[in-house]
Amino acid sequence: MTLDINVKKLKKNAFRQSKVRGETASRVRCPGGEIDVDSLQRVVDIARKYGKGMVNITNRQGFEIPGIDLADLEEVNKALQLIIENRNVNQEEYNGGYPASGTRNVVACPGKQLCPFGCYDTKKFAQEIDKAIFPNDHHVKIAFTGCSNDCAHVRLNDFGILGQTEPQYDKDRCIGCEQCVKYCKKRSVGALEIVNGKIERDTNKCVGCGVCVIYCPTRAWTRSEEDYFRMVLLGRTGKKNPRLAEDFMKWADHDTIKKVICNVYAYLDEYMDRAAVESKEHIGYIVDRTGFEEFLKYIMKDVTPNPECEIQGRIYWGGKRYDQSNELRQSMFRFSEREE
Amino acid sequence: MGYLLSKDQFGEAMRQLGNTYRIFAPVRKKGEGRFKGVDVVRYDFVSDASEIELTVESDYAFKEFMLPLSETLFFFTENQVKEADIDERPVIVFLRSCDMHAVKRLDHMYLENGSEEDWFYRRRRDLVKFVLIGCSKSFDDCFCVDMGTNRTEDGYVFSVDESEGMFRCDTPDPAFAEAFAKAGGTEADVEPWCVTENQKAVTVPEDIPLSIYSDELWDEYTKRCVNCGRCTIVCPTCTCYTMQDVFYTDNGKVGERRRVGGSCMIDGYTDVAGGGQYRKTNGERMRFKVLHKIHDFRARTGYDMCVGCGRCDMVCPEYISFSNIINKVADAAGKEAGDDK
Ligand code: SF4
Ligand code: SF4
Ligand code: SF4
Repeated sequence: MTLDINVKKLKKNAFRQSKVRGETASRVRCPGGEIDVDSLQRVVDIARKYGKGMVNITNRQGFEIPGIDLADLEEVNKALQLIIENRNVNQEEYNGGYPASGTRNVVACPGKQLCPFGCYDTKKFAQEIDKAIFPNDHHVKIAFTGCSNDCAHVRLNDFGILGQTEPQYDKDRCIGCEQCVKYCKKRSVGALEIVNGKIERDTNKCVGCGVCVIYCPTRAWTRSEEDYFRMVLLGRTGKKNPRLAEDFMKWADHDTIKKVICNVYAYLDEYMDRAAVESKEHIGYIVDRTGFEEFLKYIMKDVTPNPECEIQGRIYWGGKRYDQSNELRQSMFRFSEREE
Repeated sequence: MGYLLSKDQFGEAMRQLGNTYRIFAPVRKKGEGRFKGVDVVRYDFVSDASEIELTVESDYAFKEFMLPLSETLFFFTENQVKEADIDERPVIVFLRSCDMHAVKRLDHMYLENGSEEDWFYRRRRDLVKFVLIGCSKSFDDCFCVDMGTNRTEDGYVFSVDESEGMFRCDTPDPAFAEAFAKAGGTEADVEPWCVTENQKAVTVPEDIPLSIYSDELWDEYTKRCVNCGRCTIVCPTCTCYTMQDVFYTDNGKVGERRRVGGSCMIDGYTDVAGGGQYRKTNGERMRFKVLHKIHDFRARTGYDMCVGCGRCDMVCPEYISFSNIINKVADAAGKEAGDDK
């Protein structure tokens, strides 16, 4: 049978173009990397019935079901309905599958639900953001991680959110055992010092990881009631200039973070290069064109950051510029030419 | 003699007592546990009876009033010394039966151990009266029955059992009973609840042979224990402290002496001048702690130091069970006795 498929539409509907002609893969979105067993069972059922009995786990915490016949798209979309509803993903057309794929699945590490170091409910925040921004065709990557360990690798995303707690010290419960000092040094940044038997915290150095709170045996250290966040911006992988996201804000509150993320879409509507290949461009390259000031103007629109929030006015990114040089820094020989 | 009271009546009785007494009781501190969103139940002063956590065992013990985690004892300058002031209003302390038995251990250590009483302990101890919290059920880690601390017959000014908003109070002390009558309580015969069975059973060995010192059972704890000291800090009968002499830096001749909680599990406890350390490994520290709790103290006083509250098991981040160690020691002692026969 001759196939006549609108590939652009196919991709927007969250199906991948496969290298095997006539086949596709269905990309299952799981905001916050969370899936209930009924949805998981449905993934299995689809893979068994329409695919090849195998499922790929994606880097962004979704599932990809390969080996689907392009003739089965409608049936697969119907089968996806249960997952879309259970995962509370916004949809435009009942039984129509996923309405967009540009804005990627919002990633989250386990966070406070499971991890001892998690400073907030990463999954809940990720799902709240997904609800606010999806569906959208703009290529935006957002990830949430519970603490400064960054297990979710948020620094490879356009918007990376890291949890912070502001440690509260009750000197009357402190016995001066110095375990907080020791573990802050060993597992974190070394922001604590014992002075005259009590602890002093270098508030500028402290990253808000909460390690001191976890190791203090007396509850002299406890967490702040308020959740705080560090936001890092515009990290990416890729051919031209892969780089880690850089600090933009620290000690920001929930609302500030949410507003800034949502604001980026107006900027993209305005400045995205319509002629970009597959209408896909990393935000960072757009910012190179418009200048950071313009980007800042958009993302900070109507945002009143909480008083504790500290913001970086200028950001410089690193990473290698392969469009300028593909040289290795030191290598002067080829392995095969090495002397015996 | 006793009273049955509604929640409001009990609250009213506590308000009246609050005119004279400060109330030191287990309180649920929201989100103040080790991990995000996890509560801790520890002692604090309360201004209203509704703040008192009566349904679960506290993570930290009542001893923090008599033995604050950190207390300035006195101030010094050149050749003068002045004791630090404390709030001298009397205090009622809410505690469970196991903890009531712990009071006797603390008193022994601070008032009867050696030729002098500890003046700083004494002045706090004299402010305290105890309120017994009845136990309707045993908690997961309790082993009070085998330690003989599940029952408390005296030593309390009143007791409290709470169930579904009703309060039962035994009021042996007439001075306190008055507040319950005034609050509108109904007179009744009340015997405080106590448990007669625990999920956890321990066998405390009568005699422990010296060979236990080199038994390999301790080696496991050298590897597992992270010497954080939590088990001792939460223990109602651990009494060790250390001193901090602090000189105010601007002057250098003026300062204060503080007493802070110490722990035989934490680094530094057996450090001596010259850099020596008697018990280096965590297994050795565990041996010292366990034998002190279930043997050495008894050898001097006739009763065990451990009261079986189970807090050490409840709080250990490495899931080390002190009660299981007691049973392991009993097994090792039993084997030894068997070998002798
Ligand atoms: S929050 Fe982290 S960085 Fe800050 S003092 Fe505690 S351990 Fe150190
Ligand atoms: S760990 Fe806790 S008790 Fe120990 S020195 Fe630090 S704050 Fe004080
Ligand atoms: S037994 Fe557990 S609580 Fe006690 S010092 Fe060792 S690790 Fe800490």
